Amino acid sequence: MNQNSIAVDVENVVKRYDSVTALHGVSMDIREGEFFTLLGPSGCGKTTLLRCIAGFEDVTEGAIRLRGEDIAPLPPHRRPVNTVFQQYALFPHMTVLENVSFGLRRRGWIEMDAEARAREVLELVQLKDFAQRRPGQLSGGQQQRVALARALAPNPEVLLLDEPLSALDLKLRQAVRVELKQIQRETGIAFVFVTHDQEEALTMSDRIAVMSEGYVQQIGTPRDIYEAPLNRFVADFIGETNLLDVEVAAVSEGMAEVFLPGGLALRCPAAASAVAGRGHLSVRPERISIGPKSAETLPATVTDHVYLGTDIHLHARLVDGEPILVRMQNSESSGIPERGSELGLRFEAGAARLLVD
Amino acid sequence: MAAAAPAGATRSEIYRGNGPRLMLPVWAFIGIFLVLPVLLMAIYSFLTKEFRGGVIWEITLAAYDQFFLDRGLFGDEPPQIEWTYIGIFWRSIWQAGLATFFCLLIGFPTAWFIATRNAAVRPVWLFLVTIPYWVNLLIRTVSMKFLIRDTGPLNEFLLWLGVISEPLSLINTNFAVQLGLFYSYLPFMVLPVYAAVERYDFALSEAAADLYADNWTTLRLVILPVVKPGIVAGCILVFVPSLGAFLAPDLLGGAKTFMIGSLIEEQFKGAAGNWPFGAAAAMILLTIVLGVLLLHARAQAKGGR
Ligand SMILES: Nc1ncnc2c1ncn2[C@@H]1O[C@H](COP(=O)(O)OP(=O)(O)OP(=O)(O)O)[C@@H](O)[C@H]1O
Ligand SMILES: [Mg+2]
Repeated sequence: MNQNSIAVDVENVVKRYDSVTALHGVSMDIREGEFFTLLGPSGCGKTTLLRCIAGFEDVTEGAIRLRGEDIAPLPPHRRPVNTVFQQYALFPHMTVLENVSFGLRRRGWIEMDAEARAREVLELVQLKDFAQRRPGQLSGGQQQRVALARALAPNPEVLLLDEPLSALDLKLRQAVRVELKQIQRETGIAFVFVTHDQEEALTMSDRIAVMSEGYVQQIGTPRDIYEAPLNRFVADFIGETNLLDVEVAAVSEGMAEVFLPGGLALRCPAAASAVAGRGHLSVRPERISIGPKSAETLPATVTDHVYLGTDIHLHARLVDGEPILVRMQNSESSGIPERGSELGLRFEAGAARLLVD
Repeated sequence: MAAAAPAGATRSEIYRGNGPRLMLPVWAFIGIFLVLPVLLMAIYSFLTKEFRGGVIWEITLAAYDQFFLDRGLFGDEPPQIEWTYIGIFWRSIWQAGLATFFCLLIGFPTAWFIATRNAAVRPVWLFLVTIPYWVNLLIRTVSMKFLIRDTGPLNEFLLWLGVISEPLSLINTNFAVQLGLFYSYLPFMVLPVYAAVERYDFALSEAAADLYADNWTTLRLVILPVVKPGIVAGCILVFVPSLGAFLAPDLLGGAKTFMIGSLIEEQFKGAAGNWPFGAAAAMILLTIVLGVLLLHARAQAKGGR
């Protein structure tokens, strides 16, 4: 399987319900064998897009192609795509084994083969001793793995997962993340994974599509998204960031000349569509360091600090009154600056990025 | 038992300790209104009949003998099975089964329809289903008779349409009895099935479709098994009263469609009655119904959860 060939091609998909438009012309390519994440706040249309791919909703406009073939005419039961549902939707009257064999049996596998394959997949998700239980007799984490096994068993071309970890507690969720990623790599099936947890998205994905209010904001690797957010929404949604109100003197070839509050000039990378005028500069809190005030630093007044163990969060205020957050490593806590003390902040030009609003 | 609950006992422990006493009203109710009448009926079935109705207190098996045997145990010729009453029972079971089947056939889609409406309008539909119950069963059955008789609205309408050239004679047929039973007991099917479908998680249907099951397969392998408790409850609620029904067979059916209910009713009515025989027939009916329920309970336990 070619890593770069396209498994799912979503082209300009619009989905309108009676009064709401859930998707406003969404486009994306999901590659074979990739862990692709749809990330965005509640109500942004992640589930809707997944349901369009699975066939539970018809698209209003646009097309979805699976390995090049338009799947619009296919009902859900004809699409070679399987889903792990948010609430699992396991068949309560069937054993785990029957649940996992269900898809295989419908595809015409004889009982013996289906059972053998089901046991193989149950082994993969480490549930082989639970084959004869019913879903009601399993814990949340075990049910989640049955749902995964059931969807994996027919060996779909694409696996859709709608917030499959949201019903698990934090500890379990972290363990399952690693397992899930491993299973994805072993099976080589393209996963389309929905979450609104940015940490989950960053740690698991090959690529992420950040969505908001029915639009795709940015598609890229976790690193792209985190370090080179395209716009304010992405920078704000992924991780913590400072958005400084700056004056933009000039933009050319991806670099911008900006003036920080206090008048300090800086030449830094800019998002593609940034223009001169006023703009927002994104600087991650961990990329800022503190020192004495000087001509090359950004003057600030400390308003508070929060001790977090490994980190210390320093809250400060710039000369224009805007708050700014600095994350210091505890190792350098030779001295935590007092509240009210004045200091100079510095960061490399490369750590800052001019965004479009 | 009068001792105060030990300090630190939880509320449920206190209730458990008082259990037998708290159950007293329930036992009293069941005893007076269920056990006592059935016991009375059982005793009557072994007594001797008095000619103007009522019983003479002399123990005998005559009633059961009359039910099952021709030229009974007490004659000089070898006993032979009497088929008349067994036949009536058999026909009744058939009629009740058929009525249950039709109620399910129409009741399930109806319940499904209501359960899939908007939550705000569901109570309205349920209300509509129960409206006929505001009218007495006897009156409803008599009106059904008027509707389907030779010169009734149904025949008039069909004649007017030109579908038929002569009135269909529907009264005094199995069809009429079925119609009566169906009409009487349909809501007993709709309501429990509705309750089950309403609790059904439609994500299960999506999961089935996602796993390559077409609509029929989804219905057969997922929906029906999951809502089965509601269907079984509905079937019992229709089958049991249909089996003992006497209004519909009396008024809509003729002598040919005579059912258990009518047979028993006759024994307690007028001078031709025979109380011990009626009681015996009722006991046999009760045994059949209990047998069906027991089979169901066994099946439930085996399918176990
Ligand atoms: N059946 C429907 N009818 C009308 N509007 C709907 C329907 N389903 C979803 N919507 C609307 O479409 C928008 C997108 O919903 P969607 O469920 O895709 O969000 P989501 O990103 O999955 O959110 P969450 O993280 O909360 O699950 C929402 O505004 C929602 O109210
Ligand atoms: Mg969702």
